[in-house]
Amino acid sequence: MSAPLLEMQGVVKEFPGVRALDGVDLDVVAGEVHCLLGQNGAGKSTLIKVLAGAHQPDEGDITWEGEPVTLPTPTAAMRHGIATIYQELDLADGLSVAENIYLGHEQSRLGFAQRSRMHDAARQLLRRLGHPEIPVTREVGELSAAGKQLVSMARALSHDARLIIMDEPSAVLAHDEVDNLFRVIGDLTATGVAVVYISHRMEEIRRIGDRVTVLKDGRTVARGLPARTTPTSELVSLMTGRTVEYVFPPRPENPGPEQRPVLLEVEHISRPGEFQDISFSVRAGEIVGLAGLVGSGRSEILETVYGARRPASGRIRVAGSVLRPGSVTAAVRAGLGLAPEERKSQALFMQSSIAHNVSMSSLRRFARAGFLDARTELAATTEAVCRLDLRPPDATRPVRTLSGGNQQKAVVARWLLTDCRLLLLDEPTRGVDVGARAELYTLIRRLADSGVGVLLVSSEVPEVLGLADRVLVMREGRLVREAGALDLDESKVLDLVMEGSSA
Amino acid sequence: MSQQTSPPGGSGPLPVTGQGSPAGSVRQTGTSQGKGGRSSFLGHVGRVRNLGLFVVLVLLCVIGALTSGNFATSQNALVILTSAAVIGVITIGQTFIIIGGGIDLSVGAIVALASVWCTTVATQSYGLGGMVFCALAVGAVVGFVNGLIIAYGNIVAFITTIAMMASARGLAERISDRQSQVVTVESFNSLAATRFLGIPLLVYILAVAVLAGWILLNRTTFGRRTFAIGGNQEAARLAGLDVRRHTVVLYVLSGLCCGIAAIMLTARTTSGASNLGDLYELDSIAAVIIGGTLLTGGRGSLVGSILGVLVFTTITNIFVLNNLTTDIQQIAKGLIIVAAVLIQRRGRRTATP
Repeated sequence: MSAPLLEMQGVVKEFPGVRALDGVDLDVVAGEVHCLLGQNGAGKSTLIKVLAGAHQPDEGDITWEGEPVTLPTPTAAMRHGIATIYQELDLADGLSVAENIYLGHEQSRLGFAQRSRMHDAARQLLRRLGHPEIPVTREVGELSAAGKQLVSMARALSHDARLIIMDEPSAVLAHDEVDNLFRVIGDLTATGVAVVYISHRMEEIRRIGDRVTVLKDGRTVARGLPARTTPTSELVSLMTGRTVEYVFPPRPENPGPEQRPVLLEVEHISRPGEFQDISFSVRAGEIVGLAGLVGSGRSEILETVYGARRPASGRIRVAGSVLRPGSVTAAVRAGLGLAPEERKSQALFMQSSIAHNVSMSSLRRFARAGFLDARTELAATTEAVCRLDLRPPDATRPVRTLSGGNQQKAVVARWLLTDCRLLLLDEPTRGVDVGARAELYTLIRRLADSGVGVLLVSSEVPEVLGLADRVLVMREGRLVREAGALDLDESKVLDLVMEGSSA
Repeated sequence: MSQQTSPPGGSGPLPVTGQGSPAGSVRQTGTSQGKGGRSSFLGHVGRVRNLGLFVVLVLLCVIGALTSGNFATSQNALVILTSAAVIGVITIGQTFIIIGGGIDLSVGAIVALASVWCTTVATQSYGLGGMVFCALAVGAVVGFVNGLIIAYGNIVAFITTIAMMASARGLAERISDRQSQVVTVESFNSLAATRFLGIPLLVYILAVAVLAGWILLNRTTFGRRTFAIGGNQEAARLAGLDVRRHTVVLYVLSGLCCGIAAIMLTARTTSGASNLGDLYELDSIAAVIIGGTLLTGGRGSLVGSILGVLVFTTITNIFVLNNLTTDIQQIAKGLIIVAAVLIQRRGRRTATP
């Protein structure tokens, strides 16, 4: 193997009270896809920021092309050819695609931006990424998540990046877009660019990874493992220190959900441009999964049921009564609860404690004449937190200190305190590590067993098939198939969601 | 709001107690001792966030005492508190608004409008009660209009209240014809002169308003929701809070505070005028900011805001006692705002990992 492009030795980064990196070793060679594995909080994000020049390491050496380097600023990292594509894409929504790609190094002459040259160059970069159809003059804020990611990658290419770091790039993408991403990564590595790839999805690492480095508690616990042949169980046990299989809880044998009362009836709802004529029902104690590509209308349906969007036509009944359309307050009162797709921006109050987050929808329970009783509030939230096995089980801690999986539990705990009868889950395991996923699955099944109806949206077909009792398959805003989860398999579902869509 | 559903038999609500879950999943922990959650009023004052400001205030008092023999007298302390009373009450409303993620630039104009409206010849003919009611009603209605435009018209608070600042001030000038309107109702004027136990009524009003505001902000569902809406409006909406209605109530509250302040100020000057309350919006926002409230909302402290008001009034007092001009006063104010924010940012960085 050739000499490494990048080598890190014993890198340490301390924050007040936390040793985020505690001796990280990493070596990346040109032309490889190097996967970085580790649970939330293992130090991946900090490591990325060190490489991007956003954080300065306290100890350790970084070698770039055989020369020791320091990366004091993001500009310095970029000058060496290190580009980073963050999970929360750092684009300026109000600027055009081309302006974003050339942000900070505009093509200019005498201080005047040379628009046409920039537009041509941007177009070329997008063509190289396989997406010549994205208009370079379009405002980035109007693009989908996948489109924004492509703009970020084009920006990296515009810097002649030799090493591109991608932080969970597939998390925001639909299936066919992931395929395109992998094709682009393949093209890049063929030209000698190295990619550091972060993902929680084992099958992706198998598909495109060359080598794997595993982080745990800020330390490298294994470096340079072969990505295709290392057994999953070994990787998981390296990450967690315990062995967890990707398992789903068993479905209840009896009584079958058919005997349970119907909780939710959705009757012919439509929203032009999002979904048309959708009808389905959810029974108490039943988990119904909505499968489909991103943009097929899944999340929009969930939000419409929840009252966050108003249907153009159709009716929604909960336990027989018609729900006032377009009112979240009415939906919550009727016993609905939503765990939205974007936990941090849509569900959590990051500056508040776990307790305040959990009690937010049931404050009335803890108040007399508007005055809060903090003691009963803390007792009830602590009970909910313990019931969901949220760790640490201390409800007074700030919610921002929790890992992704535990933040998701905090969101679910909120609905334990309302009279929640129907739980709407949008991508409940996004950004959650393998061990915590299994726990969430068990938790969701346990809630259903206690009589709660669950409507689940997920991009991961195995998750929908493994967890749900019944599956609704969506394509381009229409319901194309409804079947028991046992009557479908992954390839059949993929066939259904892809059919007719241009790949 | 009407109840939407009546559950038919069978589908009961999710039990919070662990009856439906397998054994072992419910762990009892000792929550009965309830160590967290509450903190006392004084505890808030002593918290690190406000400590710096408290030190600044003490330092200012030391400077005041050293530079002027008249500073460290109980009489002067009452002068400071009395002049802090009007802007203090306004700052309470502003604190709520800013913690809730908004801003109210119309407070000064509302004070002027309420002052002018409650001192017209017609209003004065109703006597003390009519005048007080008029000032409060004007404040509440203007705040209500602000809130409606912001919450239901989806126009950002900055623009809405800057428009209201212009319109309300203009209306005040139109009503009064830019003349000051002398108050002939003696009982109204005596509000400012009244003292109990040697302390002016205005100071009592400030104290009661601060205490009520603190309780509302820190002990009620309303206060909790204010923090939530300011911290993450989308999450608050998706958690089922009625964000729009809450926003309207916040601006009504601020308007009411302006109404109270207008009564206090008009009684002190014994006349209503359309130029009262000039630049109060900036003074109140400055006090809220140096008090440690995030301008983006979601985090803040009422005690901090009041300390901020006291810092500014104390500076003014020291300058007046030393016969210094107001221009240097303004420069000092600006420096203090920047210094306070810099200190707070450092404190915050070391406090959070």
